[in-house]
This record gives sequence, structure tokens and C-alpha cells, in this order.
Amino acid sequence: MRTVCTKEIEECVYRLARRAGVRLTDRCRALLKDAEAREEGAAKYALSTLLENEEIAIREAMPVCQDTGMSCVLIELGNEVFLSGMPLADAVNCGVRRAYADGNFRKSVCDPLTRKNTGDNTPAHLHVDIGKGDSVTVTFLPKGFGSENMSLLRMLTPAEGREGILRTVEEAVRIAGSRPCPPVVVGVGIGGTFDGCALLAKKALTREVGSRHPRADVAAIEEEALARINAIGIGPQGFGGKTTALAVMAEIAPTHIAGLPVAVNMQCHCVRCEKEVL
Amino acid sequence: MKRLMLPLSEQEVLSLHAGDPVLLSGTLYTARDCAHKRFFELLDAGMPLPFPIKGAFLYYAGPCPAPAGKAVGSCGPTTSARMNVFAPRLLSLGLGGMIGKGEMSEEVRRALTENRAVYFAAIGGAGAFYGNSIKKSELVAFPDLLSEAVYRFEVEDFPLVVAMDAHGASVYDR
Repeated sequence: MRTVCTKEIEECVYRLARRAGVRLTDRCRALLKDAEAREEGAAKYALSTLLENEEIAIREAMPVCQDTGMSCVLIELGNEVFLSGMPLADAVNCGVRRAYADGNFRKSVCDPLTRKNTGDNTPAHLHVDIGKGDSVTVTFLPKGFGSENMSLLRMLTPAEGREGILRTVEEAVRIAGSRPCPPVVVGVGIGGTFDGCALLAKKALTREVGSRHPRADVAAIEEEALARINAIGIGPQGFGGKTTALAVMAEIAPTHIAGLPVAVNMQCHCVRCEKEVL
Repeated sequence: MKRLMLPLSEQEVLSLHAGDPVLLSGTLYTARDCAHKRFFELLDAGMPLPFPIKGAFLYYAGPCPAPAGKAVGSCGPTTSARMNVFAPRLLSLGLGGMIGKGEMSEEVRRALTENRAVYFAAIGGAGAFYGNSIKKSELVAFPDLLSEAVYRFEVEDFPLVVAMDAHGASVYDR
């Protein structure tokens, strides 16, 4: 057994949140640069503004996007780890609270009915998987809601199969149109249960942007979905163009013989995912 | 690139066409979902709005807190479609136009042409760019809404694209 004090996890969440808010992932920046070279007119103008935006964000130590999001924290906890100190969720929330105050990040979390802001961006959306070993992997994904709002889930029939999955992904992007800040990154969940499928889609968004699934049939779905989306023509910011999505990434899990759940979790171009292994 | 200073004359509004990039300077008021709801409650109660609406421009945005030495933190646009239900009534009361991101409804398109107003798209995700272009910020109403309160901004050279013009054209038409 290895003992990890949850204070270490709090510090880790703090570091990841501060870093995530003010920069794009390297891969995301590279894909935006490629897209800028391809586009013209208003779409090109939008992409060059976004690239200049990140330079300003780094120079002025300001968040890349004012929607510093709901704090999605995914933890893979080794089964040989004993957690000491305060409860894990409290530690994660402490890290979020401090990072959002010190980083001048927007506090965007409120009660769904009264709409009263919680004032410190907590609670984080925390998900823990228990795996093998004695390490703790913390992933921090600040999730803006311009894109989150455009997500959808369908319980397809097995007969709808692979084509049904592709159709659902394309449908989600068409419905979203210009609203989720395209070019988007699309997380797709295939299989599992209703709730498990949505989580698969969210986990897909924590992969390196544009990476391919190790299963060839899943990777083929990712590639075909991306080609179909980029043929729609929505383009950067909806101004028309070749780049409606930067990437499609799918995760898969066994499901029931009677079903084919498909979840589409939309992510804007501003991918700010950070990871650390403790 | 066309440079514009608010308020816009009718002639300037009519000279704008969907897809034109512009740099906009002048006074803006922020308002998001909750602030709009309160505007409507005030109007329904026969009370005045917290800002002079004739010719005013709304910026659909909620800023990050200001770091030391800045008027405001990052402050890019939010999704305008959520304000589809609010914009037509405000336009009929003389609102000069709006700034946000993404397509708006057919009702908004009609209200823009009827009232000779314009909807500009800011570049979604360019929060630091816009925040850095806001030179003054003042709280106008609803401080309990925090980032969703109404602020008056003085902005310099906001990079925008004419999204829906006063002639009924939209950059989002495909």
C-alpha cells in the first residue's frame, strides 16, 4: 500500500486548473494553425484572431476563453493507494476554489433552479475509476457550456448499427451549427448504459486531440465521422469553410444485446485538458 | 478594414453587409440570460431599464475578474441563440444592435430589418483578445449576478464580423 494525502491531490488539481485556463494544448494549437492555412475570408480571420488570442492570453496571463468552464476532474486511482487526509471530493473542490480565485477565472457554476452562483466554481464534476497499481492520475478538463449545451445522447437500436452512429454524430454537429464555437472537437461514446455512454464521450475528449482509437473499427468511425462533418461546410465560427471539426474521438464499451447507446459530447476549439500522474 | 465608432448612424448601419469584418469602438453594455430576464420584468412592471436603450449595443458576455492593472479579465462572446427570445422586443424599443456569437433566429432577423439594426459576431473563444481591448468597465446593474451583471464597457477596436445585417442577410446562410 502507498499512502497519498489528499492535500497532494488538491495541489495537483490547483496546478492543472491554473495551467489549463490560460493555454491551449500543443496539438490543438497546431490543428488551428493548419486550419488557418486552409481557410479564407471571414473563417481565416476568425482563426488568426484565435491564434493571436492565445498569444495575448499567455503574455497577459489571462484565461484563453472567459468561459473557464465547469471543472471536470477525472481521477484514476490505483487499488494499492490509501487516501489520507480530507475526503477526496473536498480536496478536489479546494483545489478548484483556489485556482479559480487566484487565476482570475470566471465562476460559472450556479443552482439550476434559482440560478444563484455558488461563487467559487464548485462543486467540480468528479469521476473516479479504481484501477491497478499505486499511482493516481488526475485529469482536469474545464468544460465551457457553449459547446456542452450542444451535446446529445441517443439510444439507437442494434439494427441502426455503424451507420446510425455516424448519422447521430453528423446530426449533432448540424443541429449545433455555429453555436458551439466551431471548429469543434467531438467526443463520442459508443455502448455502455445511458449514463455510462455519456461518460465515455466525455473521456474521449481527454485524449490527445486527433489521436486515433487503438481499435481499427473505432478509429475508422472517427475518421469517417470527421470527413462527413467537414463536408457540411459550417466552418470556423459558422462563417463557412472546410474546418467544422478539428477531430472526432470515440470511446467504446460493451452494451446490452437490445441497445446501441451513442453520446456526442461537443467541445469547442478551445481544448484545455491537462493531466498529471502522482 | 472598416473602423466604426458607436453610436452608429442609420447610414452606417445600412452600409454594413453580412460577412464584412469591422473594428468597433465605443460604449457597450453586457447582458446575458439572467440580466435579460430582469430587463423584461422591469419592462412588464412599467419601470425603466438600467441603461438608455436608444441606439445602445448589447454585448452578450460575462467577464472574468480583472487582473491587476486591467479594466476587466477575459471577456469573449457567449452563444447569442439563447437570447433569441429577448432580442426582438429590445430592438423594437430602439436597441441599436447586439454582439455575440453564432446564428440567431428568423424572428431576430426580421426585427433587425424592421428596426434597422445590426448583429455582429465576435470570435468565440478569443476571450483574452476582447478583454484586453476593453479599456473601461463600470457596473451598471444587478451586482448579485456577479459575472452575469450588466457592465458598461468602453472598447477599442473590437474585431467583429457583420453576422446579420439590416437588409436581412446573414453570414450563417448556407
